[in-house]
Amino acid sequence: MASPTLPVESAAPRAVPPSGDAITFKDVSISFEGKAVLDGISFKLAQGEAKAIFGVAGSGKSTLLKLALGLIKPDAGHISVLGQEITYMRKEDLFEVRRRVGMVFQESALFDSLTVRDNVAFRLTEEHDISDEEIERRVTEALRFVELEHTLDKFPSELSGGMRRRVGIARAMITQPEVILYDSPTGGLDPVTSNTIIELIVKQRDVYKTSSLMVTHRLQDAFTMANHQFDPQKNEMRKLARGVRNDIPMTFMILRDGKAIFDGDIEELIATKDDYIREYIS
Amino acid sequence: MELELISPIEVAKEKIQAVQDYTLLSLRSLANLVQRPLYLADTMQQADSIGVGSLPIVVLTGLSIGALLALNSANTLQRFGGITLIGQLVSIGMVTELGPLITGLMVAGRNASGMASELGSMVVTEQIDAMRALGTDPAKKLVTPRVVATIFMLFFLTIIADLLGLVGGNLVASLLFGLDIRQYWTSAWQILVFRDVFMGLIKPVLFGFVISTIGCYYGMSTSGGTQGVGRSTTQAVVASSVLILIVDFFVTKLIFAVLGYR
Repeated sequence: MASPTLPVESAAPRAVPPSGDAITFKDVSISFEGKAVLDGISFKLAQGEAKAIFGVAGSGKSTLLKLALGLIKPDAGHISVLGQEITYMRKEDLFEVRRRVGMVFQESALFDSLTVRDNVAFRLTEEHDISDEEIERRVTEALRFVELEHTLDKFPSELSGGMRRRVGIARAMITQPEVILYDSPTGGLDPVTSNTIIELIVKQRDVYKTSSLMVTHRLQDAFTMANHQFDPQKNEMRKLARGVRNDIPMTFMILRDGKAIFDGDIEELIATKDDYIREYIS
Repeated sequence: MELELISPIEVAKEKIQAVQDYTLLSLRSLANLVQRPLYLADTMQQADSIGVGSLPIVVLTGLSIGALLALNSANTLQRFGGITLIGQLVSIGMVTELGPLITGLMVAGRNASGMASELGSMVVTEQIDAMRALGTDPAKKLVTPRVVATIFMLFFLTIIADLLGLVGGNLVASLLFGLDIRQYWTSAWQILVFRDVFMGLIKPVLFGFVISTIGCYYGMSTSGGTQGVGRSTTQAVVASSVLILIVDFFVTKLIFAVLGYR
């Protein structure tokens, strides 16, 4: 599958990302069936920042995202999202916070009984006070962003894996959330399709200045995000010159045995002396 | 194969936790009725799937059970010269007990399994998590419409089953034993008192609640991939069927205690 050209819509991007922290984890621990999955994890995701989280399978990467959305509760520690402490928040209040956060799931998690249109429109339909015309306009716009406006009436089962991920991205961004969480967005995809997905994520990050937390086991995806920038004039992702940094800060975090063993930018990652990390990135 | 020993205390804790989770889900499904949004379109869709979808099997079983009840009791009644009582026997049997029970068990087999497998599949493919992530409460969007639709439709399906059971009994009584149709329907109608009708109509409401909440509970608590979906489906049918029988016994006993025996 060839990487499609990615048009930029007329929707107003955030010129400057809001200040403050988008997500804060403080000494967060959680265990399942007596096994510690996350053990005292602390980190911050600033507004407008992009952070990639790595780790081997079972290192708690997806759990971390579910904690950030309040889908599961930690055994200990505190989690704040967009300035609100969500650790012990009531279910009703959590739904309000989640409306400001988008999430792209590992296997897309599209509702298989709904068409692409209804999947992408789901959040807007649930608002119950948005006109059908407005919903249609925003759905078309979100699907055009991911180059899938021709799939409006298809069901998820009729789409390829890569197309489902792109619909998942459109569904997550339709309300222009302040933070987007990506759970292994390129997992199980071929390199060309993976590149398309990363290009969309870079575009989303650079055009809308959305804070993003991406869990992945593919180092090259995060490196691509770190050394590329979306060019709205040429309407494509381009590589940054050596030594040039993107306006959007990009950091990396590596999980091992339930702990964060690294949290820093690309230069710090390359300069690390830690044998495990060196082996991981080599 | 290595056998793993599990502490009885752990097993007891798990069971208590399951009862607590089921109770909370059931109460929440009712509490959601007074909170917006009400998801009327989803409720109508479920009512169509549960009610209209179950109609053929309910029609068939209602007719068969009424006919079989008449056939089995006719010989005995005839021996004592009481064949004219067949309408009363079918009427009491169908309205107070067999109509609600058989309809409940049929709908449990068809819909508790359907709910458990549908919701279970949504759990293992992260669709339930996605729904919560999109700011929607799955208990409100998925469970409450199913509970309301099942209670509502089971009530009417039971009335249909009762009526068709009487028709089945009538066919046997008239065609095989030569009983007058008017005599059959008059005796079937006259024997019924308020308590019988009340008992026959309160049961489907309770059974509908049991079927839908058990189906949804097992679906929502599915774990372990596709194998887990299969396990949840089986458990939902078994648990709802057993619970229907238990509820049936206690409701019958309670109504007799409160309104008196015949």
